[in-house]
Amino acid sequence: MEPIKAIEMKGICKTFGSVKANEDVDLTVYNGEVHALLGENGAGKSTLVNMLSGIYRQDCGTVSIYGEEVHFSSPKDPIEMGIGMIHQHFKLVDVMTARQNIALGKSKGLFTRNKQLTKEIRSISDQYGLDVDPDKKVYNMSVGEKQTLEIIKVLYRGAKILILDEPTAVLTPQEIRRLFQIIRTMRDKGCAIVIITHKLGEVMEISDRITVLRKGRTIGTVKTSEVQVPSLIEMMVGKKVDLAIKKEKTDQEKKVLLEVDNLHVINSENKTALSGISFDLHAGEILGVAGVAGSGQKEICETIAGLTRADKGRIFFEGENIIGKTPRDIIRLGIRMGFIPEDRLGMGLVGTMDIVHNLILKDYQNQPGIFLRRGPCEAKARSIVERLDIQTPGIHYPVKKLSGGNIQKVLLGREIDSNPKVLITAYPVRGLDIGASYKIYDLLNEQKKNGVGVLFIGEDLDVLMDLCDRVMVFCMGKVTGIVNPDEVTKEQIGLLMTGGKEGLAHDQI
Amino acid sequence: MEGFLAATVIAGMPLLFATTGEIITEKSGLLNLGVEGLMLMGAIMGFVAGYETGNPWMGLLGAILAGAAGSLIFAFLTITLRANQVVTGLTLTIFGTGFASFMGKSYVGLVVPQTIKDFFVKIHVPLLGDIPFIGPVFFRQDVFVYFGYFLVVLVSLYFYRTKRGLNLKAVGESAASADASGINVMVYKYVHTCIGGALCALGGAYMSLVMMSVWVENVVAGRGWIAVALVIFASWNPIKAFIGAFLFGGLSILGFRLQSMGIHISQYWVDMLPYAATIVIIILSSRKNKKENQPPADLGIAYFREER
Amino acid sequence: MTRFNIIKRDDLPKKREWIIRTLAILFSLVSAGLVILALGFDPLEVFPGMVTGALGTEIRLTQTILKAIPLIVTSLGILVAFKMNFWNIGGEGQILMGALAAAYVALNVEGLPKPVMLLLMAAAAMVAGGIWAFIPAFFKARMGVNETIFTLMLNYIAIKFVTYLQYGPWKSPESQGFPKVATFPDNATLPKLFGIHIGWVIALILVVLVYIFINHTKKGFEIRVVGESKETARYAGMNISSVIIVAMLISGGLCGLTGMIQASAVEKTLAASLSGGYGFTAIITAWLARLNAIAVLFVCFAFAILLQGGSYIQISMQIPAAVADMLQGIILFFVLGSEFFIQYKIGIIRKNIPQKEVA
Repeated sequence: MEPIKAIEMKGICKTFGSVKANEDVDLTVYNGEVHALLGENGAGKSTLVNMLSGIYRQDCGTVSIYGEEVHFSSPKDPIEMGIGMIHQHFKLVDVMTARQNIALGKSKGLFTRNKQLTKEIRSISDQYGLDVDPDKKVYNMSVGEKQTLEIIKVLYRGAKILILDEPTAVLTPQEIRRLFQIIRTMRDKGCAIVIITHKLGEVMEISDRITVLRKGRTIGTVKTSEVQVPSLIEMMVGKKVDLAIKKEKTDQEKKVLLEVDNLHVINSENKTALSGISFDLHAGEILGVAGVAGSGQKEICETIAGLTRADKGRIFFEGENIIGKTPRDIIRLGIRMGFIPEDRLGMGLVGTMDIVHNLILKDYQNQPGIFLRRGPCEAKARSIVERLDIQTPGIHYPVKKLSGGNIQKVLLGREIDSNPKVLITAYPVRGLDIGASYKIYDLLNEQKKNGVGVLFIGEDLDVLMDLCDRVMVFCMGKVTGIVNPDEVTKEQIGLLMTGGKEGLAHDQI
Repeated sequence: MEGFLAATVIAGMPLLFATTGEIITEKSGLLNLGVEGLMLMGAIMGFVAGYETGNPWMGLLGAILAGAAGSLIFAFLTITLRANQVVTGLTLTIFGTGFASFMGKSYVGLVVPQTIKDFFVKIHVPLLGDIPFIGPVFFRQDVFVYFGYFLVVLVSLYFYRTKRGLNLKAVGESAASADASGINVMVYKYVHTCIGGALCALGGAYMSLVMMSVWVENVVAGRGWIAVALVIFASWNPIKAFIGAFLFGGLSILGFRLQSMGIHISQYWVDMLPYAATIVIIILSSRKNKKENQPPADLGIAYFREER
Repeated sequence: MTRFNIIKRDDLPKKREWIIRTLAILFSLVSAGLVILALGFDPLEVFPGMVTGALGTEIRLTQTILKAIPLIVTSLGILVAFKMNFWNIGGEGQILMGALAAAYVALNVEGLPKPVMLLLMAAAAMVAGGIWAFIPAFFKARMGVNETIFTLMLNYIAIKFVTYLQYGPWKSPESQGFPKVATFPDNATLPKLFGIHIGWVIALILVVLVYIFINHTKKGFEIRVVGESKETARYAGMNISSVIIVAMLISGGLCGLTGMIQASAVEKTLAASLSGGYGFTAIITAWLARLNAIAVLFVCFAFAILLQGGSYIQISMQIPAAVADMLQGIILFFVLGSEFFIQYKIGIIRKNIPQKEVA
């Protein structure tokens, strides 16, 4: 039987300003297959797929669904054709319940019919093994539950083509397993599934065919059963790369730089964010922090940096208790700590200002007098740009206009420049391409060699295990384990991430 | 006392309409600070249309059209052209104030025709109007007031029981999520902003056509701004808006009441009361931190689908 | 099939930006001209009439400058607040409270030489204006209370309070018919330089001072950072509450100073009408000047021409004053709309042909 072409995209191109996000891209997906769209960050995968969800319109090229050429002018059109997209950043309304989010968009009929809707949701849940509490508010849900809700939402609308954009980035290994099972069930029911990812292991595990994009162009489409990982890497990056991250072994005496003792933090919503956190950070080591998003990573960083108040506990920096000190105090006391936050432009930098002023951000408090002195920071800016090879039209260019990788380099450059003894970095390679990511790993290793203690919060378990000397696992505000990555498996860390239970809130397998 | 409360209902009507109108606008994600200007535009165009034709329906229609036109300009600038909403709203107020002053020059001191006065005469609702205490206060009013009650019920039903109301909430909370669900975000914003503007204008028209019955310069006198504050007080809920309008209506006529009771406080202190009370309520409102009482999360933010 | 598409621009050369803005102003003048035509007047008489009415003779030029001065000082005050993302709509009230404090000093403190008296009045005015702005700032810093409404309500309270004083306890026995407060003694009025009260010198000095403050001092830097992102300010160790309060004290203080200047040099007394809408117009001029102190000077002067011109044609051509308000609104609508063309571009999509930029 001739396989049905669910999606056929030919010659697609899309330009944003001066950036060619997609150039002459082809993609064909059949019914009953799981098709992986592979490429590193910035290769143009999300852009391509957003044309299938009605968010972008192609500049040129054709899109055909089930053999019919289509022109989507809004997200409503693909939904009506049976295309369901699960976005990387969930498109859910926080203050609404699950049921309300599922009901959105359907305007037939005047009044909301709750009982009817609940019945229909139930039948989908049973069919696909997806569980959701219809009355639960989204802001109370875990990431895994939100993703399940997104899937039910598209199935409710009768989606036969599913597109998942980086679905595993925020899941635990167990949740990933469950997701893959759901995907297999759908494939067996004849759905066409596109999964966007940059994780090679997952691609090999779940997909039937793979299309590789690099710098906005299609490099090739292969059958998963006929290809090996090294050739995939070569297609993704353009050359043979060893994707192993070097772990530097230092022989330094492991002096304790940071000692956290029984830390308790209550967040702005009056919930316990951290409880009973205790750990040490030594000089010359990279301590990784793993955990499901929202397990307390943000709070541990901000509390150590002095941005969040702790209710109980102590933090010793080289023996001195810095609990309760504000960032201003920490800078004034000469405590050399660097913090690269997760939210680069929203917290770490002032987007509309240039590199010079962003350096002044950390420096100005130590300047005497009431006037701002730019001179020293201009020199510093020039040296940082050169040392880290930052691509920018100039040191007076607003940083928000730089690419993601360069923005991160500015942040890292600034923090490293002050010769910190402790460096805290949260999700430093999120959204960066392979080249930029590895540069960051090199820089962190360099710091480690110089005796700096690095706290590395990450979401990619493979990276954490390769790069870090020890990995600390957070779960719901508690430390569930501090392990040596050479001695444990990813699955074991995954179990620690969910508190030792299979799945977070519910599980039926 | 009953007389005072009945007068309070009347005094609160302009606030009710303006507040409800702004609630609808803000629910769609737009912050329209042009309420004062819209009320004035409605007041003058309603007055002119009513005066020239002697037809109350034309008067109301004039106000509705003025409000819709003014808010359409605002909507076009802020939704399609993504202009700064605060400055655009303020501009609308300046423009509306100038417009009303300009158009009203030739109507100062003129009285509405008798036909209009007859239309808005007080109607005693059978049965309901006879309930002790509540009857005389709420159910012996003019048709506009009854429409006001109806409006509160209608808008509440719309927000909380209809599919479109749910979609509207999504548009204001997270335009991106609404868009991805297939909701036409632009249309929702335009339609609701214009409906909101028309309601504000109707509130102004009530003042010029019914409450005053004669055109005076600056008839609205800052009520548009109090309405903006009442939206916060009401937590974007029409029923609470009614309570707020009632309270503030009372405050605005308190001065006369006290004087008639023989208590002599300088008129100026009493005049200050509504504004001081507004300050008090926004301070108190900021302490309510429950998620459900927050403004729509995307309020004031222009939506752009292809945001990179 | 042809469709339009809206795309965000990456960057636009400064020259093009200014061309678009100038075009916007030109279009707004054309529209305003059409409105004037619709009202039965001849725009080709009205526009030149406004310009000659503002600049034609020495007296008229003086009037224009007299309008520009309070506008400049107030706009500088609003600028400082807006830079910090604090929507200070309370300029009117802060002006009046400043005037009130200056009037109190002028009418109650006796026997001071002129310079000392004036300095004292200025100081009192800035303190009063500063306090009037501090109140909403405090509540915003501590409790996140909406400052737009708070400052606005304080406007009304200030107006009512000054009116109360004017008609009541401070009413001068000499006023016949229309109640007014006593006229300031001679040592409380600002001297003149080149025929105009020295407010113009003050305004120019303040333009420079505010520019330096915002762009070259640490506090100015902190204000800019807090205005852009409170989180980043927190991260950098800034004391956000203190920045908000200092900025608002300055903002209110400048507006209060306007009140003193107007009371001392123009009205020579305290009057509720003193603020004259400057508090609101300043919001527009500050915004149009893109919150740049030097640009404020030029924008305010242009607006003063508009105001004076509008006042002139009211007398000479019988055109109602409200027209100037409407013109302001129209110009501003167009400039607001033009920002769109600076931020985004419109392209046409034709099947299979790459997009072409249209606008």
